[in-house]
Amino acid sequence: MIKIEKRNDVSPSIYFLTPILAIFLTLFGGGIIFYALGFNPLEALKFFFITPISDLYGFSELLVKATPLCLIAIGLSFCFKSNNWNIGAEGQLIFGGIVGGGVALLFYGHDGFYVLPIIVLSGAIGGMIFAMIPAVLKTYLNTNEILVSLMLVYVAKLLLDYLVVGPWSNPEGFNFPETRQFSESARMPILFDGLRIHAGIFITLITVFLSWLILYKTYLGFQIKVSGLSLKTAKYAGYKGKTMIIIVFMISGACAGLAGVGEITGPIGQLHRNISPDYGFTAIIVAFLGRLNPVGIIFASLIVALTYLGAETAQIFLQVPKYTGQVFQGMILFFLLGSDYLLFFKIKFLGLKKNEL
Amino acid sequence: MYKNFLRYIISVLFFLGVSGQANADFKVGFVYVGPTGDHGWTYQHDEGRKAVEAAGIKTTYVESVPEGADAERVIRQLAQSGHDLIFTTSFGYMDPTNKVAKDFPNVKFEHATGYKREHSNVSTYSARFYEGRTLLGHMAGKMTKTNVIGYIASFPIPEVIRGINAMTLAAQKVNPDIKTKIVWVFTWYDPGKESEAAQALIDQGADVIMQHTDSTAPVQVAEKAGVWSFGQASDMQRFAPKSILTSIIDDWAPYYVERSIAARDGTWKQQDTWHGLKEGMVAMAPYNSAMGSDLVKEVEQLQKDLASGKTHSFTGPIYDQKGNILVAEGSVADDGMLAGMNVYVKGVEGDIPQ
Repeated sequence: MIKIEKRNDVSPSIYFLTPILAIFLTLFGGGIIFYALGFNPLEALKFFFITPISDLYGFSELLVKATPLCLIAIGLSFCFKSNNWNIGAEGQLIFGGIVGGGVALLFYGHDGFYVLPIIVLSGAIGGMIFAMIPAVLKTYLNTNEILVSLMLVYVAKLLLDYLVVGPWSNPEGFNFPETRQFSESARMPILFDGLRIHAGIFITLITVFLSWLILYKTYLGFQIKVSGLSLKTAKYAGYKGKTMIIIVFMISGACAGLAGVGEITGPIGQLHRNISPDYGFTAIIVAFLGRLNPVGIIFASLIVALTYLGAETAQIFLQVPKYTGQVFQGMILFFLLGSDYLLFFKIKFLGLKKNEL
Repeated sequence: MYKNFLRYIISVLFFLGVSGQANADFKVGFVYVGPTGDHGWTYQHDEGRKAVEAAGIKTTYVESVPEGADAERVIRQLAQSGHDLIFTTSFGYMDPTNKVAKDFPNVKFEHATGYKREHSNVSTYSARFYEGRTLLGHMAGKMTKTNVIGYIASFPIPEVIRGINAMTLAAQKVNPDIKTKIVWVFTWYDPGKESEAAQALIDQGADVIMQHTDSTAPVQVAEKAGVWSFGQASDMQRFAPKSILTSIIDDWAPYYVERSIAARDGTWKQQDTWHGLKEGMVAMAPYNSAMGSDLVKEVEQLQKDLASGKTHSFTGPIYDQKGNILVAEGSVADDGMLAGMNVYVKGVEGDIPQ
């Protein structure tokens, strides 16, 4: 007989140590996989996790990659903490990109310091409005926000397809599915010459700080946490559940929209069909790996971004298949969830004694 | 005398060997948009890479690189890690390729299907796939019973429209009653969408299906439905042995080998390459004998004529859908017109999505 019991007390230090344990287990598991593929595991792990960030350019690329992940995950943490399952951050990112990109095209050829802030703001509002759709439908029509937000991803993708193929395509671009390159005034300022790290990182850092402030120092943050722990308690305490649901979705959507607009005004510089390599979905892993905690999410976004870069370097130097990066991401999540389970539940092996049953 | 000559030859060969070894570090990088196992676009580029490898040059590839912000990093990493020549094999890599090329003037870059050569170390190359489409049109016009040819199109860019037009013109020549029906799927690779499109075209009466997308789904649908089909990019015969009449094969190998050797030996120069049947960048898979030996012979002759330049895919008179003349009688479309083609010829149904 195996019996599973809930543990009553989980120490907070172990709670925050398990993600680190998960990462070490992933490294170990990854080493075994590399060995099975016929690579020297230590060398492969070196190419995977150290080579990518061994120079300034690599470090800047890590931040470029982590910036959108961190932003989206921070936003998602508001939703997840309050038991609202927003799975459609990818759609909110794309819609934010569409709105921000549209404004950037509107300002094509304009100079002025005001151009970029307007674009960034409109991107955030775009993502926010798009996220309000599942929120409003959930609160007033009782629909399932997982399905609605997920389906809206496809709506956003198809809308982007339509725009870049048709009305917004570059008039000099031979009908290729992409817009013009935005004007300089619509681009995120580059922080260092020759690197791609851009001003978007400040937006992310400010967002992280504000999130921490809201989550831990305001009444709203308290409501979010209580609703997450027990909806009934929240109701009993008289919290306005509907308003809160809409607010967390708005925050989450705005963050995703910011991420989208940061990508198109940052490293990409135009709208086309592939503005996001599924950042919105990967950010879900980041959010949970970071324990829905702003500081945790910063570290988690760096680690997950590193798995992307590592997959590229390992492929270039060792010809390791590209998908090992995804295997690593999967393993991190698997080990994290696995150790969580053991953290919150005790497994008892009872043998065959029948005295207590 | 002879002995001295031999000695001379041997010493020259020896020196060549030595200088070849001095270039042992020479490496060529490839950036792919899809997985090497897609049996279409990327698969063929990887076949080309293998040919370079077989010629004794080291190669590296990175597959499934998204055409967004990641492309620039991958291209830059290849340049930084000592690759001397880098092939970027998808249109979406155009701006990133040019950006990286600016920072690495000593590295050569080759971008497929693009039109921007902003720096002297960037070349572009593409293939005259429309010549293959002309052959497909000839076969389709002869084989169709319903006079409806179904065409699965990806994006309304000149390359795809050129293919549709070339096919339609050739089919009309042998069968004036044919109509070309098009479904735009707005993707290069999506087996689900492609098979839906194939089914929709068959439901609309098409008994010949062709595709400007890369998966094997359409030919498999055609095989099931018992209609004719054509493979794309690689020989897809084994996926639909009864249905496939032939495949247009993208053969990048000769070009990749030539350019890699040129770059290694220091003779590489910027250029804009557009090769076709003549140079072998466009090749045809074996013709299906089910279409009859007469037709096979006809098509083989047409293939020879296209290769030699005796026949041109776009020979006037050519009219657009409204009946305006595009190419006058007795002349052929020039490359500039082909490169920017954005209207359908007469006989194609529907409008180009704008």
